[in-house]
Amino acid sequence: MRSKTKVSAGNRLITVLVFGVVALALYPLFRWAVIDAVWGNLGPEACKETFGACWPVISEKGSLIIFGRYPAAELWRPALASALLLGTAIVTAMPRFWNKALLLAWIAAPLLFLTLMGGGILGLSSVPSSQWGGLPITIMLSVFGIGCAFPLGILLACGRLSSKPVIRWVATSYIEAVRGVPLITVLFMATFILPLLLPSGWNISAMVRAQVAIILFTAAYLAEVVRAGMQTVPKGQFEACEALGISRFETYVKVVLPQALSMVIAPTINTFVTVLKDTSLVAIVSISELLMTARQALADPVWRTHFIEVYVFIAVIYFVFCFAMGKWSKSLERAYIFSKGRE
Amino acid sequence: MVTALAFGIACAGATTASAETSQTLEAVKKAGAVKCGANGQLAGFSTVDSAGKWTGLDVDFCRAVAAAVFGDASKAELVPMTSQQRFPAIQSGEIQLLTHTVTATLTREASVGMLFAKPLFYDGQAFMVKKSLNVTSAKELDGASVCVKPGTVTEQNIADFARANGIKLEPVVIEQQQQVVEAFLNDRCVVFTDDSTALASVRSEQGTPDDFVILPEVLSKEPLSPGVRADDPRWFMIVDWVREGLVAAEELGVTQANVDEMKKSQDPAVQRLLGISGDLGSLLGLGNDWMYNAIKSVGNYGDIYERNVGKTSPLKQERGLNEQWKKGGLMYANPLI
Repeated sequence: MRSKTKVSAGNRLITVLVFGVVALALYPLFRWAVIDAVWGNLGPEACKETFGACWPVISEKGSLIIFGRYPAAELWRPALASALLLGTAIVTAMPRFWNKALLLAWIAAPLLFLTLMGGGILGLSSVPSSQWGGLPITIMLSVFGIGCAFPLGILLACGRLSSKPVIRWVATSYIEAVRGVPLITVLFMATFILPLLLPSGWNISAMVRAQVAIILFTAAYLAEVVRAGMQTVPKGQFEACEALGISRFETYVKVVLPQALSMVIAPTINTFVTVLKDTSLVAIVSISELLMTARQALADPVWRTHFIEVYVFIAVIYFVFCFAMGKWSKSLERAYIFSKGRE
Repeated sequence: MVTALAFGIACAGATTASAETSQTLEAVKKAGAVKCGANGQLAGFSTVDSAGKWTGLDVDFCRAVAAAVFGDASKAELVPMTSQQRFPAIQSGEIQLLTHTVTATLTREASVGMLFAKPLFYDGQAFMVKKSLNVTSAKELDGASVCVKPGTVTEQNIADFARANGIKLEPVVIEQQQQVVEAFLNDRCVVFTDDSTALASVRSEQGTPDDFVILPEVLSKEPLSPGVRADDPRWFMIVDWVREGLVAAEELGVTQANVDEMKKSQDPAVQRLLGISGDLGSLLGLGNDWMYNAIKSVGNYGDIYERNVGKTSPLKQERGLNEQWKKGGLMYANPLI
């Protein structure tokens, strides 16, 4: 072991050099974003003189980017709805809240979210889903997508490892079929081909179709992650359970899955991060999620020249969410892997 | 047996009904909205403003159709979509009207299976240069470098134009819109080519728009037309005649501002248009006040043009080809009789 207090001169030099290079690289960015930038709620003329960032574009277009075409007087509704859904997701992320009440929260939160967004009851004016947009849509597609795909993925994984050939065959072919096509194809099919196949009276909204497509798609990927975890559990444990007369259901729920899932925390959350970023693909089926509302904001000829600021703005939003999930992954690993003495 | 009989009657009923009314119209009425596919990111044609409201020439046409059908322009539902999506969307019935600045061509009508109403806007590829270049005609551009976005048609048009006029033009192909503009502004090329409205929009973004000139030569024909699915000719008629009605209204001097006074007009053409006399609307399966509602909501063609792309808008487009036929343009309404 090298002493931690003694650092060689060479290492010091490398540290200083690395910091220097990073600082040199970041300084122009800092200068653009902060020092030379124009701040406040000004018109586009205010930015004519500067080479820096023009942040007034965000104060002008911010509500369009964040909330899309939701009626301006009702913006508290998508804000509250998103906060509720995010809050539920954050609470769920913390192991100390894992109890029965959480299941109730998962029934209540989506209902409240849809009620607040859609309205039409309790004196809330009705807002059709074609007017929803921006961050609430991104949050909704991700949280519902992850929340529904996770249990479905576990079922599929169990199905794939099942001893009954029919179940195994169905689960395997589903997983392989879904993994064989890109998400964008699934979305495109759900939006443009499905209406041709459905009876003419049926009218499922584009939002529902896209959400279901994301759930079904993600489930197949999560199933493979979970299966990998389950295969790390030694076969002896199954046999021990059987010898003790523990039912197959309890074997999975109480013995296999807890070990399996804790083994695959990092790849699972990796899939969650992918889901969040993949929601930007629903723009292809005319749903105004965050990236699409940003692009709509940029169509304004008066502000179009400030496209970098707008993309930086939504990049920061995406980063905050993805980074938080990364941190969460770390803390879960620490709690469930290191405490058991495995590394 | 009874079911078979009922089915037979229902089918027979449906056949006779479709001879008079439009299935699409019935579906639109049942849904309570006309769904129009629009670009959503094209200034002057369809954009979402900072307050989240749709604006643009395409959007106003969709509103005019909604007003003609429902008497209420707010029943127009705009669906934002990309160029790749727009044809599948109209084919699948996801939207009933495509107002997406689509150039009407034979191939598109025949292979996509759609019908184009008469154009809402006659666009065409043109050249823009800096005023300091002191050029007034594209024929003076021999040897010039031309910034252009990739796309076989746009590039091909330049080559064709150069050959036809015996000059040399050197294309500089750049993919992204913003990068093409930057290249042009920084003199990597002396000429910038695109559809003339797109050029006008770029010009309007610059601090000093008067430093740029759009040359008068037009290299291509781009009749931007609303389209519908080809299987419902009655619905096509509604869309096409709303467009004719808007142009006719301008010819007759009926504007959004004076439409109520014009109801008292003694001119039989105005009376027919506004549904005071005749039965034009009901022939289409609409209310007789169909054009009154459309004009009241969005104005005549000239009103729509000026508001979205004309002199009072950021795009500052001349009427050009989109002027009335009496004033030398192509906007000509078939008789509403």
